[in-house]
Amino acid sequence: MEKKNFTVSVYTENNPGLLSRIAAIFLKRHINIESITVSKSEVKEVMRFIIVVNVTEEKIKKVVGQIEKQIEVIKAYYHTDEELIFQETALYKIRTSDFEKEWKLEDFLKENNAWMVTVAPDFFVIEKTGKRHETESLYEKLKPYGLMQFVRSGRIAVSKNEMQISGMLEKFNTTNSNS
Amino acid sequence: MELKTASFEKVSTETTTVSGAEAVIKCLLEEGVGTIYGYPGGAIMPIYDELYKYQDQIHHVLTRHEQGATHAAQGYARVTGKVGVAIATSGPGATNLVTGIADAQIDSTPLVCITGQVGSHLLGSDAFQETDIVGISTPITKWNHQITKASEIPEVLAKAFFIARSGRPGPVLIDITKDAQFASLEFSYKKCSGIRSYTPTPEIDLLQIERAAEAINHAKKPLIVFGQGVILGEAEALLKQVVEKAGIPAAWTILGLSAMPTEHPLNVGMVGMHGNYGPNMLTNECDVLIAIGMRFDDRVTGDLSRYAKQAKIIHFEIDPAEVHKNVTADIPVLGNVKETLKFLLEFLKPNKHTAWHQKFKDLYKIEFDKIIKDELHARGSELGMAEVIEEINNWTKGDAIIVSDVGQHQMIACRYAKFNSSRSNVTSGGLGTMGFALPAAMGAKMGCPDREVVAIIGDGGFQMTIQELGTIFQTKIPIKIVVLNNGFLGMVRQWQQLFFDKRYASTEMINPDFVAIARGYQIKSNHVSERSKLKDAIKEMMEANEPYFLEVKVEKENNVFPMIPTGAAVSEIRLE
Ligand SMILES: Cc1ncc(C[n+]2csc(CCOP(=O)(O)OP(=O)(O)O)c2C)c(N)n1
Repeated sequence: MEKKNFTVSVYTENNPGLLSRIAAIFLKRHINIESITVSKSEVKEVMRFIIVVNVTEEKIKKVVGQIEKQIEVIKAYYHTDEELIFQETALYKIRTSDFEKEWKLEDFLKENNAWMVTVAPDFFVIEKTGKRHETESLYEKLKPYGLMQFVRSGRIAVSKNEMQISGMLEKFNTTNSNS
Repeated sequence: MELKTASFEKVSTETTTVSGAEAVIKCLLEEGVGTIYGYPGGAIMPIYDELYKYQDQIHHVLTRHEQGATHAAQGYARVTGKVGVAIATSGPGATNLVTGIADAQIDSTPLVCITGQVGSHLLGSDAFQETDIVGISTPITKWNHQITKASEIPEVLAKAFFIARSGRPGPVLIDITKDAQFASLEFSYKKCSGIRSYTPTPEIDLLQIERAAEAINHAKKPLIVFGQGVILGEAEALLKQVVEKAGIPAAWTILGLSAMPTEHPLNVGMVGMHGNYGPNMLTNECDVLIAIGMRFDDRVTGDLSRYAKQAKIIHFEIDPAEVHKNVTADIPVLGNVKETLKFLLEFLKPNKHTAWHQKFKDLYKIEFDKIIKDELHARGSELGMAEVIEEINNWTKGDAIIVSDVGQHQMIACRYAKFNSSRSNVTSGGLGTMGFALPAAMGAKMGCPDREVVAIIGDGGFQMTIQELGTIFQTKIPIKIVVLNNGFLGMVRQWQQLFFDKRYASTEMINPDFVAIARGYQIKSNHVSERSKLKDAIKEMMEANEPYFLEVKVEKENNVFPMIPTGAAVSEIRLE
């Protein structure tokens, strides 16, 4: 089976210990985590992990099974890129003097679909959100012209299908409402 | 509405003001815990102080090492089906629990381990005896949690017991800071009845069971391989009914031992590396393989790419993560086998499979002639391990609990010991933890005081937890300890002989006078090395009403066969 990018979505209780518990499952199988993002989700007090890995589907299935088995994991899914809407955000800190030799800032931003974050006397910071290849190509473009710092966030993603987490939690509440 | 992540049933109604430490004891009592194993130290002293006050209600057994506490709790849990409890102090006390916790995790044993922790104001400062035991135990626990506030104690402990015993059981570790043990809380106890993020038992899909039944009903050469899931699910009687109704030969994994009587005519023995010839060979000939409560460990399957490829695989399993993990199931049946086998039984058609069963008998005959006969009726000048087990069988008639350590003697014990009833085989299967047997036997005896408990241990493994003789002496736990002394780390030596040209690197042991050591603990003891004296030696041991130690000198360089070498297919099992 060939390796592919898979995005694992994990809905969990809000417990800081889960990060290492989940990471350990990837570690055990020598799977490199390409990116990981933890944030609140659409459900109150429920956290969502978005983890991107490059593995075979056979492997990701087993890993997701082992993640879902963790007591405080509510539900875990894996998706291919086609099943998701996803983005990453990159920040570029640029030395003004070098940049100005080549580009005009306003045109540059428009052309590259990027946004100004902040301007200081010697440098400025722009932000671009998009797919990996888009933030990557902007990086390549800026590299020769005073790119002082570059950082990219982990992937954030929502699925095209419904996740049904609220329904699952509601079911628990109604079946256990007597106590 | 208040957010609910778990549900609780009210048990005790009145509320009392108690310290966190006392609350821990009260929780244990509410959960029906009568015996715990542990070792004191600074960070757990408030709890020990309460144990002193509650000593008429909770029996605390002082083991001689925290590893012994976990194994004893495991032995207790394995024979009773209840949750075993071990407690220890922070730092080294906590890290000494790790081996037992890992063992319990891989063998699905319900444990609650409670560790003391430095005061919460010191957390993260590398304080004296501070270790991140929650971090350390994360990959080897079903759940773990650190308590820093006394008020959390009742709910967290209620969850701990619920998690440890429900679904596929496993170990839970609760770390409690010293200040939380000292602080007071309003105590009332509610047993946990559910956790919203945790589904202990998957929903049953009747259609899958019907499909399984149909495959079984059409099978010409069906084979059942069952594991500990049958015992954990308390489905022994159902398994027997299924086997008998459909006339299917049934083999056990090492942890499935005793879930069915040894002498049952459809019990065809053990699968796996040192299992029986018939079930291993015929795994690669059956047309439907019915796996029940087992997880296709690599010591069971040998080379996976050549494991039962010809067969349709049906997998009855409670843990969805085990399905398709090692072996892809054609028909997975999720659920507790106690439920799923009930439905299966209804759908099954009576059958006999006489010719197919004859094949197992024929292969057993080959194994008997080549191996078993000589092992049971050895003629060499030195004793063999199997004849010792057989002599014990002659006494116990299969009614004893057999606790084995890890190595050659374990394989021989599991191959030859007879069992009449379930929960009678206690051994470290998945982790293969040397040193397991002596403390596990203590726990087993305390869990089932009316049953005979015999520990079978190698001279190597015995010395890994030999200090528990002190516990046996002090607590007067009347177990029978048999050390099969071959002067070697026998199982490793066997591999060195077979696969490393007899280079016996660090496997020969100069041993102390074990009998003298046992005497030092005032444990009645004996030593035997001659065949003519074996019978009497076993008789004296079995008739003793107190702890008893018997060292049997056995042949130094015997090998355990049959054997599936690593990387070989199950059908390439070697008889010599
Ligand atoms: C804690 C631990 N360390 C090492 C091993 C590897 N090991 C497996 S069997 C064995 C030899 C056991 O020797 P002994 O207890 O004398 O039993 P025998 O095989 O001779 O019956 C060893 C060292 C292990 N299973 N557990």
